[in-house]
Amino acid sequence: MCGIVGLFLKDKALEPKLGAMLSEMLVSLSDRGPDSAGIAIYGAATGNEAKITVQSPKPDRDFRGLDAELAKAISAPVSVAVKSTHAVIRTTPDKVDAAREALQTLRPDIRIMGAGEAVEIYKEVGLPEAVVDRFGVRAMTGTHGIGHTRMATESAVTTMGAHPFSTGADQCLVHNGSLSNHNNVRRELIRDGMTFETENDTEVAAAYLSNRMAHGKNLGEALEGTLSDLDGFFTFVVGTKNGFGVVRDPIACKPAVMAETDQYVAFGSEYRALTKLPGIDNARVWEPEPATVYFWEH
Amino acid sequence: MPATPMSKAEREPGNAHSQASRVFDLSVHSLRELNQALHKLTPGSNETAWEVLNPKGSHSVAVGVDQPVSIDVRGSVGYYCAGMNDGAAITVHGSAGPGVGENMMSGSIVIKGDASQYAGATGRGGLLVIEGNASSRCGISMKGIDIVVHGNIGHMSAFMAQSGNLVVLGDAGDALGDSIYEARLFVRGKVESLGADCIAKEMRPEHIELLQALLDKAGVTGVKASEFKRYGSARKLYNFNIDNADAY
Repeated sequence: MCGIVGLFLKDKALEPKLGAMLSEMLVSLSDRGPDSAGIAIYGAATGNEAKITVQSPKPDRDFRGLDAELAKAISAPVSVAVKSTHAVIRTTPDKVDAAREALQTLRPDIRIMGAGEAVEIYKEVGLPEAVVDRFGVRAMTGTHGIGHTRMATESAVTTMGAHPFSTGADQCLVHNGSLSNHNNVRRELIRDGMTFETENDTEVAAAYLSNRMAHGKNLGEALEGTLSDLDGFFTFVVGTKNGFGVVRDPIACKPAVMAETDQYVAFGSEYRALTKLPGIDNARVWEPEPATVYFWEH
Repeated sequence: MPATPMSKAEREPGNAHSQASRVFDLSVHSLRELNQALHKLTPGSNETAWEVLNPKGSHSVAVGVDQPVSIDVRGSVGYYCAGMNDGAAITVHGSAGPGVGENMMSGSIVIKGDASQYAGATGRGGLLVIEGNASSRCGISMKGIDIVVHGNIGHMSAFMAQSGNLVVLGDAGDALGDSIYEARLFVRGKVESLGADCIAKEMRPEHIELLQALLDKAGVTGVKASEFKRYGSARKLYNFNIDNADAY
């Protein structure tokens, strides 16, 4: 099963409520997936700051003193904002790769959830309600975000196996379905220099998109490619720095409903997820067509 | 598209003057309370008119009703609404999620908005009217139900359809009627593609008559039966063809 949601705001007045709206949408789909949950939330990129979201199995040990040690290692200003098992590390955009490398030595147990100028990613084992409470997602502001609640089929129930998966700067993906050729595609992507954290099929889809975009495709073209290169069942919702996209496989047995008003574009696995959005009764509500790419950008 | 929705009186003449609806607000009462109350109805009950408020995408609203009551659902519903309906006249004043009217036995279901995947799947009888569009697999494995869709239907509709009638005023998606048995498919618009063993067939007078009766029953006006094309089984998959033995 799994439940996925996405919300792209057009109306700036709603930005302070993004976290609350997205949390509400995700919690309403809890019975589609009790194993783990996650949210990627995009704030406005300033251009002079990069964020790396990291997770640790021992946050007390790993996050203490990290700011000073990392700043010294990469010779740049660093701040660390701890949220439960996660922390958002802020530094200058040109130091992201150096920071990733330094983290491997300074804190070998830390896992990187995602990085970029706009995105923060929070995911953990547990029900959506517990996960959004743990990270204070309801209070977060932003321009757009995506979320996922997981019923695991293709790999273990772990923090790293939770969605969203991020494999490129400000890129992330959530998935409802299962891929059958992920091992082959993973091997091909590894040959092309991509690295993987898990055995999960969805991580392969995320890496596939990042790889295509690294080869010069835009998000729309990369999503088109999934229709011929990925085999299996999927409804994907993808976030980028400026927008979000949706694609369903040609069989389209994984559910999807979308709604659009002057204020937002919203995605839910079911209509239930959309019922508390403002103006939903007068929104244009439709089911995205199979094998058709949709995307919106700011 | 010209169409007149069926009024409650037309669907259920005996209830035309029924005043007191039993109102169930799903923001106050649980879905289980609603469905249990509906299941407790006995023949001859005076509670013939029901109204359901605030469904907000709930699953399984009014499933398994087996008495001839009318139920008006005010808003959109989730999975499996009105499944196994046996005699009730159920109207959803909104859209329906996957599997609406699954395995209906008799009665009628009207969806004022759109219906998601596999509307009317395996239905054995009764009438399902979708006033908007239906998505993929509409009428999959239908076994006697009549389905009338005012808009379009998605891919793989009427897959392995066994009997009954599927009427589409708009267009049909890919692979219509794949592996069909003896159901009749009537499509007014274009068909993206036909599935295996599904072919266009001539509209003989008896088909025009049958279709006209269905359109009338579903409250469709301004549309002539002669505007439709009929599709059905070529009956080539009924028996194993020995020439295909090498394929196995």
